[in-house]
Amino acid sequence: MSSMDSTFIYIAKNLNYDYPGGISALRQICFKIGAGELVALVGANGSGKSTLLKLLDGLLFPTAGELQAFGMKLSESVLETGNRAAEFRRRVGFVFQDPDVQLFSPTVWDEVTFGPLQLGISKDEVISRANEALALLNIGSLRERPPYLLSGGEKKKVSLACVLSLRPQVLLLDEPTTGLDPWSQGNLIDFLLQWADKDKVLVFSTQDLDVVEEIATRVIVMGAGHDIVADGKPEEFLSDSDFLLRNNLVHEHSHRHKELVHRHPHLHEHRHEH
Amino acid sequence: MTGGGFLARNIAGFTQALESVLVTENLCRISGFMQSLDPRVKAVTLLIFIIFVGLAQDFPVLIAIFILALVLVLLSKIPVAFFLKRLFIFIPVFTAVIAIPAIFITPGTPLVIIAGQAVITAQGARTAGLLIMRVVDSLSLGLLLIFTTPWTKFLVALRWLRLPSLIVDVLGMTYRYIFLLLHTTNSMFLARQSRTIGGFSGAENRRWLGRALATTMVKSQYLSEEVYLAMLSRGYQGEIRTLNELSLRSRDFIWMAFTLVAVSLMFWSIYR
Repeated sequence: MSSMDSTFIYIAKNLNYDYPGGISALRQICFKIGAGELVALVGANGSGKSTLLKLLDGLLFPTAGELQAFGMKLSESVLETGNRAAEFRRRVGFVFQDPDVQLFSPTVWDEVTFGPLQLGISKDEVISRANEALALLNIGSLRERPPYLLSGGEKKKVSLACVLSLRPQVLLLDEPTTGLDPWSQGNLIDFLLQWADKDKVLVFSTQDLDVVEEIATRVIVMGAGHDIVADGKPEEFLSDSDFLLRNNLVHEHSHRHKELVHRHPHLHEHRHEH
Repeated sequence: MTGGGFLARNIAGFTQALESVLVTENLCRISGFMQSLDPRVKAVTLLIFIIFVGLAQDFPVLIAIFILALVLVLLSKIPVAFFLKRLFIFIPVFTAVIAIPAIFITPGTPLVIIAGQAVITAQGARTAGLLIMRVVDSLSLGLLLIFTTPWTKFLVALRWLRLPSLIVDVLGMTYRYIFLLLHTTNSMFLARQSRTIGGFSGAENRRWLGRALATTMVKSQYLSEEVYLAMLSRGYQGEIRTLNELSLRSRDFIWMAFTLVAVSLMFWSIYR
């Protein structure tokens, strides 16, 4: 472990991941992510964003290349060992795209206490963390509700709360704003910006370039070849319409402007003055 | 069988199943007597009554227990008509399968002779009556537990009763995901109905149902793999640890004492 580079939270070296049957999901992925970074993973459907997030959470392991987290190589054998696995799970929280996958406990309270309890945290501390997570997202009233009686937006909030109760240093979010109404999206963005600080890391996948601009300090663009086609600051890419079109991040379609209907790219643009 | 009828019946069935669960959930939230008891105390005491019902041979005792169950229904603010409807759904089936044959096959003093062949004996009628009363009592007590205990609390009680954690966890997750799969299946039926004009033959409906079942199974398998990953992600290491936040209050002790006294008195009245 000591020979590893611990300056960065994550280091990916030529990562490859193939699904059973040889279907390629990730190709030659290289990056380093340090503390304080807010990273957006963008790319067309099927480009490998969700798979990459699962690798970063130690749920899948590379079929070639190497992934380091907190200065240790992430592998199945490392995450099988009690203490190191618990330490990693305590520091990294992953919110799945589909909240129904994540909400498997009988009630919201059971869900929010699940993570800390599995990691052997004391009962009083678990209760305190769970209450704090519910209060942070303003969902204390849902405490006794079973997940099947929650709305889509409530499920997303509970999914986030049950990861926040771990008090993670790294938050991995798979399409966090998908299916949320504009008001809930706004709340989530506000919350994430409050949560972020110089020691924490946020990595989220999204198709929504507005959300990228609101939150991210860095963008990793995944291409159709399941590789990284660009990595840098959001402003470097968001105004380059050719790049966005080429990588399926915006689309060209018919637009109506009063009487005039014509085709042009659906470009992301900022509509207010500073 | 027409396509519309087949689909409409299935959709109505799914909706009814969901509504029924919601009604039960709502009953558990009412502030009534049984709802206020600790689920462990409730499960154990009602189990004691059910075991006693299985041993009882006396009509007055069995009737007394049924009256006690009805009083508890009232104290728990459960609508009596709703309770009786649920209770007596099962009784005709039980009567037909078990009680009616007992009337004829139990040897004893002839009471009624039907068509000069079938003999109803006095002992047979008593046995059938006892069987029916035992079922009525056991079901009443079981329904009381179901209608007044949220599923989550019931699982805690099962854990406390030392049921293996694997079984309790699987039960809990089955209950959780059965709703999701019910919704998915219901959506499949609605999607088909929205594209259906006129009817389909029985064979076509069966083929479609087979495909729908297979699709649901594949979806549930994918879901189970993802759920497992979600559990691993939050530290699952083979056994689910839970908070035990239950505590006994004075009314739990009073109810336990009442149960013991009532069962002892009934034992005494039978075996004195």
